[in-house]
Amino acid sequence: MSFDNSSAVGVLEPILERYSRNPHHLMQILRETQEHLDFIPQWATDYLAEALALPRTQIQSVIDFYAFFYDSPRGKYRILFSDNVTDRMQGNMALLSRMLSKFGLTQGQASGDGLLSINTTSCTGMCDQGPALLVNNHAITRLSSQRIDQICELIKEKKPLAEWPAEFFRVEDNIRRKDVLLATEMVNGQALKRAIELGPKGMLAEMKASNFRGRGGAGFTTAVKWEACRNAPGTTRYVVCNADEGEPGTFKDRVLMASFSERVFEGMTIAGYAIGAAKGFVYLRGEYRYMLEKLQATLEARRKANLLGKDILGQKGFDFDIEIHMGAGSYVCGEETALIESLEGKPGKPRIRPPFPVTHGYLDQPTVVNNVETLAKATLIAQNGGAWYHGLGTKLSTGTKLLSISGDCDHPGIYEYPFGVRIAQILEDCGARNAMAVQVGGAAGTCVARHEFGRKIAFEDVSTSGALMVFGNNRDMFEVARNFMHFFKHESCGFCTPCRVGTTLICDTLDKIANGKGTAYEMNELSRLHQLLRSASHCGLGQSAGRPVNDTLQKFRPSYDRRLKQKDFEPAFDLDAALIPAREITARDDIDAHLGADQ
Amino acid sequence: MLSPQEPPKRKLRVATTSLSGCFGCHMSLLDLDENLLALVDLVEFDRSPITDIKHCGPCDIGIIEGGVCNSENVHVLREFRENCRTLIALGACAVNGGLPTLRNGLDVREVLREAYFEQPGAVCNTIPNDVELPLLLDKVHPINEVVRVDYFIPGCPPSRDAIFKFLTDLIAGRTPRLDYPQMRFD
Repeated sequence: MSFDNSSAVGVLEPILERYSRNPHHLMQILRETQEHLDFIPQWATDYLAEALALPRTQIQSVIDFYAFFYDSPRGKYRILFSDNVTDRMQGNMALLSRMLSKFGLTQGQASGDGLLSINTTSCTGMCDQGPALLVNNHAITRLSSQRIDQICELIKEKKPLAEWPAEFFRVEDNIRRKDVLLATEMVNGQALKRAIELGPKGMLAEMKASNFRGRGGAGFTTAVKWEACRNAPGTTRYVVCNADEGEPGTFKDRVLMASFSERVFEGMTIAGYAIGAAKGFVYLRGEYRYMLEKLQATLEARRKANLLGKDILGQKGFDFDIEIHMGAGSYVCGEETALIESLEGKPGKPRIRPPFPVTHGYLDQPTVVNNVETLAKATLIAQNGGAWYHGLGTKLSTGTKLLSISGDCDHPGIYEYPFGVRIAQILEDCGARNAMAVQVGGAAGTCVARHEFGRKIAFEDVSTSGALMVFGNNRDMFEVARNFMHFFKHESCGFCTPCRVGTTLICDTLDKIANGKGTAYEMNELSRLHQLLRSASHCGLGQSAGRPVNDTLQKFRPSYDRRLKQKDFEPAFDLDAALIPAREITARDDIDAHLGADQ
Repeated sequence: MLSPQEPPKRKLRVATTSLSGCFGCHMSLLDLDENLLALVDLVEFDRSPITDIKHCGPCDIGIIEGGVCNSENVHVLREFRENCRTLIALGACAVNGGLPTLRNGLDVREVLREAYFEQPGAVCNTIPNDVELPLLLDKVHPINEVVRVDYFIPGCPPSRDAIFKFLTDLIAGRTPRLDYPQMRFD
């Protein structure tokens, strides 16, 4: 497509206006551009570069970095099958090939008529109702062959998404066990009122008394983070809600954002009040695009009720507002500094820490980045006090934890437990009768084998950001680890060599073992690479990427061993076949033109 | 009785070769200068460009320069692996494939055609096909994709200090370790 000024003005100008031509909103501008044009053509990049006064290369680097931005046509319908190990267990691969064969396409290829493209993507957070896919970034759940056939028909008829059956897009909450957070009714503004009564210092004191730790996985004490941000020198402070839950198997933030967003927004407002911030961002993962309009309506209602905006609840000088920033398919953006880079309209590559975001965060200003669940629970502490919260859970892990449970169990969904619950108890509650292993904390988490089911969910034992995938007796843990490793390889941001190259080497080694060419050599390589990634990677992604392999090597070694050749070493490729082209062009077929097996 | 101070009873046997390398790594080995004398006190050479011995016998250490680009490289590499207790990849080509891998993006048939027919000044009307000549593999590989390799010394070429440190560590029974200055290439 050549540069067409009228469509540039017609399509891009309203978007640019909506975002006040602010280059920090580049990702939102690109997302809306793509929603209009199906991809981001060269002329749009050129136009945006000029309008936003950004180098064209910077816009291109953002398009290249995020999986959901395309700079070449990917069709009117862009289908992405979720490819978490739970989707695999639910049969997503058979459905993918069914769909590919209906259109005569190969994976990743765009159809010649510009109608569609079909590919896979990392876990979309629908593990309790999979297999799932995204069509133009809108989630379709509970796929079956029948549903795939219907989707194929709709695409052939070129029906707009808005006219597809609403049933396809239904996303269930599947809340199975409620505790203090999910069972407590909330009156909008009540927690905020209580926080204002306490005053910023009083609210911080309650947070301290609760000994509440962040729910994103790392478990940093929230009050310490808030206080450090409040005391950091700076002109403007920010609250960021990290709703970029990309960890395979996690979907609790999806449920909180879909059905408890009032609590999340109120928690953000309380955080803003406590640290003295006037602005908050929700970083919502691109896979949850379908919630955007509803969340914006909720924010608007809160503005009308004076729960957001100027002089909140009549408190002079307490101004706070929230903006939603959509991600575009990047796991590493869940890391807080990568998330901030992304918020600023750049590729999501983690920064060097220190300095930490509490002193140098968004636009280099003091910033608190908290998980969705953390912020939602801050409302409980405001309402009921820190001492009350301190009484829940264990001494080192106070309160409750939301778990997203999926895999081989009868009742997948959301479970809220007090910290300290034993894994065996959870398995009984969710109806996992023949569990052989449980992956706690997603791909980067811990693989727990049956003899460890007595262990507890808590920061001091098995800590988790909230994912719990159950694997039954008949599952192959080697394949589970291989799926997770391919996930890490795909999501590595490429910034540091140990992670970029190391994840690829581990995947190649696992693939070689899977192809029956593995030996003791590869087993040593896997351990060596894990050590190297753990010690030399720039951020948590690389540091934990080798964990699924390391854990399964320790606990499910036979699933590796039975694939090994009883030989010292075996090349991954066929040496004799590598001589075929040279044999062909020299017309030789003598004995020296062949390579036999190594003796 | 064995004491930890006891010196090695015999000299270690070392074999070296260059597969699809440029002999730059061997030049770096020769660059050891007077340290060569220290090394010769500790080792004796088996098959090596230094000795001109044609085939490798049982050795303690095998040192390979260069990647694997043709069938002869495969045979030599297998001979080394079979005979050497410890096999070392020396330099960028042996470790990663190095410069010769630039042809990996091209079809080897096209490469040969270009070299023997289409290049200005090409005088052949046939691609050499004598049975004495080794055939090219479709891709150039680092040596650890063809046999098991025990150690890797990076560099193009690795510095003489790196080579000396690595070999003396190995001979003394220490796990070889290169410190940062020995891996700086700028």
